Amino acid sequence: MFDRRLLQNFDWILLLLLIIIGSISLINLYSATFPIRDAGGSQIVIKQTYWYLIGFAVLLMMTTFDYHKLERLAWPIYLASLLLLVLVLIIGKVSSGSQRWLSLGVMNFQPSELAKISIVIILSQFFSTHGEYSDYRLRDLWQPFILILLPFLLILKEPDLGSAMVLAIIAFSITLIMKIRWTSLLFLIVTVLSSIPFVWFTLKDYQKKRIFTFLNPESDPLGAGYHIIQSKIAVGSGLLGGKGFLKGTQTRLHFLPEQHTDFAFSVLAEEWGFFGSTFLLILYLFLILWGINIAKNSKDRFGSLLAIGITAIVFWQVVINVCMTIGLMPVVGIPLVLFSYGGSSILSTMLGMGLLMNISMRRFMFQ
Amino acid sequence: MGSSGFDQVSVETLSRRLLLVTIFVFVIFSMLVFRLWFLQVINGQKYRTQSENNRIHLQRLSPYRGRILDRNGELLVDNLPSFNLYIIPEDIQDEKKLLNDLKILINLDPEEVEKRLKKESGAYAFQSVLIKKNMSRDELAIIQTHLFNLPGVTTDTKPRRSYLYGDFAAHIIGYLGEISEKELARGQYSENIPGDYIGKVGVEGKWQKELNGTKGEKYVEVDAAGRQLQVVSKKSAVSGQNISLTLDKNLQASAEVILNDKTGAIVAMDPCNGEILAMASSPSFDPNVFITGIDKTEWNRLTSGKDYPLQNRALSGQYPPGSVFKIVMALAGLEEGTITPEEGTLCTGIYTFGNRDYRCWKSGGHGTVNLHRALKESCDVYFYKLGRKLGIEKIAYYARMCGLGEKTEIGFDSEKPGLIPDNEWKLKKYGVSWQPGETISVSIGQSFVLVTPIQAARLISVIFNGGKVYQPKIVKWVGDENNRDYSEPVLLRELKVDKKNLELIKSALTAVVNEQGGTGSSARLMEVNVAGKTGTAQVITLEKEKELEEANESSDRYEDHAWFVGIAPAEDPKIAVAVIIEHGGHGGSAAAPYVKKLIKEYLGVDK
Repeated sequence: MFDRRLLQNFDWILLLLLIIIGSISLINLYSATFPIRDAGGSQIVIKQTYWYLIGFAVLLMMTTFDYHKLERLAWPIYLASLLLLVLVLIIGKVSSGSQRWLSLGVMNFQPSELAKISIVIILSQFFSTHGEYSDYRLRDLWQPFILILLPFLLILKEPDLGSAMVLAIIAFSITLIMKIRWTSLLFLIVTVLSSIPFVWFTLKDYQKKRIFTFLNPESDPLGAGYHIIQSKIAVGSGLLGGKGFLKGTQTRLHFLPEQHTDFAFSVLAEEWGFFGSTFLLILYLFLILWGINIAKNSKDRFGSLLAIGITAIVFWQVVINVCMTIGLMPVVGIPLVLFSYGGSSILSTMLGMGLLMNISMRRFMFQ
Repeated sequence: MGSSGFDQVSVETLSRRLLLVTIFVFVIFSMLVFRLWFLQVINGQKYRTQSENNRIHLQRLSPYRGRILDRNGELLVDNLPSFNLYIIPEDIQDEKKLLNDLKILINLDPEEVEKRLKKESGAYAFQSVLIKKNMSRDELAIIQTHLFNLPGVTTDTKPRRSYLYGDFAAHIIGYLGEISEKELARGQYSENIPGDYIGKVGVEGKWQKELNGTKGEKYVEVDAAGRQLQVVSKKSAVSGQNISLTLDKNLQASAEVILNDKTGAIVAMDPCNGEILAMASSPSFDPNVFITGIDKTEWNRLTSGKDYPLQNRALSGQYPPGSVFKIVMALAGLEEGTITPEEGTLCTGIYTFGNRDYRCWKSGGHGTVNLHRALKESCDVYFYKLGRKLGIEKIAYYARMCGLGEKTEIGFDSEKPGLIPDNEWKLKKYGVSWQPGETISVSIGQSFVLVTPIQAARLISVIFNGGKVYQPKIVKWVGDENNRDYSEPVLLRELKVDKKNLELIKSALTAVVNEQGGTGSSARLMEVNVAGKTGTAQVITLEKEKELEEANESSDRYEDHAWFVGIAPAEDPKIAVAVIIEHGGHGGSAAAPYVKKLIKEYLGVDK
């Protein structure tokens, strides 16, 4: 049964934001992958365009059903994502020492991307059925804790510390929207802080090195500090107005590492300067505020929590990636959502955006 | 409404929380924007500079060092290609295999290569490390054919200083050496950077600035892998200027052949402008060893030991002039009126002063001699008596006027001034005043008097060119084909003497070679009038010699130094030659024939 109001309530603003960000991403990618000597564009821009087109199809697909169905499907989705995380540890592709990718023939798929959405769905389901926005005590939270812990540990095992941390932060954000008794929160924070020394010993050498390098990149300018230093140089050298499209020397001459994936933002900052990079940040800010707005306007708690969770996915990944490129955080390998090259990231983000739009379209409907 | 719907309280709670979330989001984004402002605007220029430094590399272009030629344009020093082998550590695939291959191919010591790699690498990425300098053409060919199989290895060709005739004129030309930190700190080598080779001594050292040229600069754009993409800007190097020496290559070669198995020095000079035609010092050395590398034993051999090959004896060898000094004595005597040309003096073979006997070389004596004969036959007693009458101060005055006892200022730091003693000097040096007996020894060029070979060559020039004291010159012109900067003769002073007196001495010196009984008859030439003066410089006193003879210890070391200064043609002088052969014996027999040979060759009268 198709409701005409759905079409009237179609969220054009969200769609427009996604199209603008996507377009900038493609333009930026064109520059990031522009070959030094040979003429001709690169395959990567064409591929990313396809990912975007498929992404928009996924987005539309995600609007065709009532998101409340997800409440019932939360557990199957959660279990399925756990299964994929287990699967990746068994048959996943090993690249540079970690096992993060499932090969699907046409594309490589990162189950941790899906795990972020599934944890948002299952936590939204849990908190919408368990009590009001009331003061949760820690013992009331043992179930969500287990729910988070399982995928967290599986991702950590790959190992993918960055994604595991992002998953935890997203889950924590949703929990924080529900009120936790402040004594419990304090206890939690103290526990986390005091566990840091123990966590330190479980870190792999390269992870420790990254943290050291972040704290003092100049100590090893040609080795581990290279990424941070070169990215800061790229961003800083953009000045107010940038060096111009295709004229970023850090990018074009490959001083900037991973320039079409993790450090795509640095490319933009170098070529378009403070104005360009701030403009993109403002677009993300709009997207996030719009997500919060959708959460606010949703007529039920599941919808609100789901919208907040999806917005949190975008928010935290944007913040972490940008911080990484401007030297405010260690390099943890989190791509800039909707901007970095990568089918897996684009598709799962568009899937989330589809759900956000689904909630937005159904804001005036009552069950 | 389902259980998940909202009641009014929930809506308000949610709104309140979302407001907090919104504020939090704003704060975080403001922080990001502030950070961007900090990086891109506040510190932007710093990062812009760093990004430029990343991509633009400065390459210095070494200028081509000027060539050195002889007076007729014959090439003496050139730059030949030097083939160097480098390794870029980042490009090595299998270090063990590479080291082994290099050992098999061109016999490079793997340990040495490893040491160099370890020492030099790490300044910046993809920096090439110099492994071997001056490979032979064969070695280069082997490396080139196997290059595809030697990842990390590169070669290049750089100009290398080459002294075409080995030790030819080595003391004049000098040699190059790597610039030292001290020299860099002094600031006079503004064109040079560490690792550069600069002239250390000789013409290479003195004319370093002219020979060096000006460095060029090339700014190239490189990518992160160090590959050059394009030249951004380029300032070409300006080649150093060529230098033409005043040396005559053939004459120099002959002089060196003469000294081949001897210790000594030869200076040939154009008497009328001070240009040095030949200047040889033996033993010598091959300056190429400083370019190709020198080991410790070789260095020790060159710098120490009694032969001291690096020393240029023509400029820094200080010898008693012996009878050559009688030229000065004659001039002083005539000018002061102490003697007249005709006045005769009796030589009995011995002159007694105080309680000491001063002997003439001719034991029976010369009988009565006038100035002409005294010079011709080199009568010692005549000059003992003359010296006694003149006194040391007058002798010193004329000696200095003729350019003795002072550096000729030919331009080399190693030059020594020689020594013309006087009362003041004696007091200062020994704290005792001058003894009249010492004047007697000085009169025949012994005792404290010391003269360098170049001073001796100039002395005879001054007599024959009419009293003109020129500053000797080693460089004829500086420049290139189209723009030559000739150096003018530098006249230091003109003797204020009676020309008649000069003529008298000239005639006597011509008699030395050409008249019956002259001591320099071995220098006689049929075709031209050679003039000259023999000299025999005692290394030790006669008394000491006797002692040694009694102890049966006489050897070369105590043999006298043989001097001859010659000039030709006497009436229109073109070449003056001074020869000293250490421990050669008598000047008339051990030095005069060489002067003849050189004059004959230079004037082209040997056909």
